Amino acid sequence: MTGLGWALADSWTIARRTLMHWRMQPGLVLFTWFFPVLMLLMFGGLLGGAMEFPDGSSYYELLVPGIFALSMLFGLEGTMTAVTTDVSKGVTDRFRSLPMSSAAVVLGRCIADMLDSTVTLVVLAATGLALGWRWHEGLPSAVAAFGLLLLLRFALLWVGIFIGLTVKNAQSVTMVQVLVWPVGFLSSAFVATSTMPDWLGTVAQWNPLSATATASRALFGNPDPSATATWIGTHAGLAAVIAPVLLTAIFLPLSAHRFRTLSR
Amino acid sequence: MTTERVIEAAGVRKNYKGGTEGAGLNGFDLEVTAGTVTGLLGPNGAGKTTAVRILSTLLEMDSGTATIAGHDVRKQGGEVRRRIGLVGQYAAVDEILTGRQNLVMFGRLNHLGRAKAVNKADELLERFSLTEAAGQAVSKYSGGMRRRLDLAASLIVAPRVLFVDEPTTGLDPAGRIEVWSAVRQLVDGGTTVLLTTQYLEEADQLANRISMLKEGKVVAEGTPDELKTQLGSDWLDLVLTDPADVPRVVELAGPFADGEIRVHDVRVSVPVKDRTKALVAMANSLHEARIEPEDLTLRRPTLDEVFLHLTGAAA
Repeated sequence: MTGLGWALADSWTIARRTLMHWRMQPGLVLFTWFFPVLMLLMFGGLLGGAMEFPDGSSYYELLVPGIFALSMLFGLEGTMTAVTTDVSKGVTDRFRSLPMSSAAVVLGRCIADMLDSTVTLVVLAATGLALGWRWHEGLPSAVAAFGLLLLLRFALLWVGIFIGLTVKNAQSVTMVQVLVWPVGFLSSAFVATSTMPDWLGTVAQWNPLSATATASRALFGNPDPSATATWIGTHAGLAAVIAPVLLTAIFLPLSAHRFRTLSR
Repeated sequence: MTTERVIEAAGVRKNYKGGTEGAGLNGFDLEVTAGTVTGLLGPNGAGKTTAVRILSTLLEMDSGTATIAGHDVRKQGGEVRRRIGLVGQYAAVDEILTGRQNLVMFGRLNHLGRAKAVNKADELLERFSLTEAAGQAVSKYSGGMRRRLDLAASLIVAPRVLFVDEPTTGLDPAGRIEVWSAVRQLVDGGTTVLLTTQYLEEADQLANRISMLKEGKVVAEGTPDELKTQLGSDWLDLVLTDPADVPRVVELAGPFADGEIRVHDVRVSVPVKDRTKALVAMANSLHEARIEPEDLTLRRPTLDEVFLHLTGAAA
């Protein structure tokens, strides 16, 4: 096998490790997959009654894509925790002492987390469909929307790997986990940014999470009052591609650098 | 028996930025002959782990040279990693997976085929008496079992050199004995082992040669017997009831003392060479002088004393 062949084979071995974790701890993994469902039901139930849309559509039409985007953000926590745990327990060192491809340590994590987020989206979409949410623009558009969501997850993956390699202990991860919440709420995930005070609405609109939520709503054909007025509101699709690409361009090299400097 | 040098390190230096993460190395030299067990002995912060991490390519040195089986650890990391096994300070195995799943995974990452990885895993589980626990999650293992699994994981491809970093730190006595017997098995199998430890007894039990490390440098080197002779001595400890007797007892102990006698309150510590003879003679002298000590004991030197002896600093 060639060097690249081994790198891919090793990455798959590392990714399979996570799949085996799922089998060993089904309760835990089911919880992480159903947590976004819980949020969907909770916020749908809590806020749905208070929301009125001009065309009379259900709050779930707005909320489901919002929760899709939010679950991509929350995936960050899983990535960070897994990376930090491996470093602090010496598992990363063991991998690094093997004659395997060192890129595979990180790539394997990447494959496993993308699979995890794909399952999360499938579970959420099924729940959404049961609650009356629909995509209205045909399957290809819906697939494109899911693609945008996974692109955001891919970008956040590198943020997670970078933070996970940087903080080195589980306590600091908890701190970052707390910070994930305001980032999640300060977006168009739950409500249209047009209902917020101007300055807050502007901040929320520029949140990459909002761009992905708004762009995927457009592709699903779901209503989104945020998609108006401002430049960022009308260019959400563009922002939903550029922001993740930028995040990846920054954090992928940073993560690779961090990984290499484990040896300094 | 060959005298091939499988580990050679000369003038290795390493300074940590900020200096908080671990002890650096300060001109570290080491030569290890094939088929031997070398103990790297030293207190916390002497640089033992740093040395192992550099030799196993996990850490870059600032300057100096080091080779494993003739391959430069700096320039030929891949070649080195093909020839080494590493057992770290904590059992670096996946706690969620079972023992067998761990070994099969590490086998695959050592580029064994699936069937071969499974066979090797079963063989190693058997060898380290883990067959019964093979299907259990590692989180349910005892400390000793984990270290044994860790050892097994580092033997998947029969390494030329095995690094074992403080294998028994944090284990109870039973776990320690389990790990010792596992390491002895390796040695019987001809693996070259570099073992770090802060326990004199452990180095004594397992190693053919010992290098003593202090502040990132080897300060003494030899077989355990050579070092012990060089370090002197066992200690005869006397605890007296009356402080007024101390000068008299020091005087009485003079003829048997093999080095400086230490006094701390009513405790008099006498370094002695010939254990039994010194004990009997001391007891007789005390009896004749009609001094009844509260306690009279013989003990082995502690690591602290070994280091004090080596650096010439009196307590």
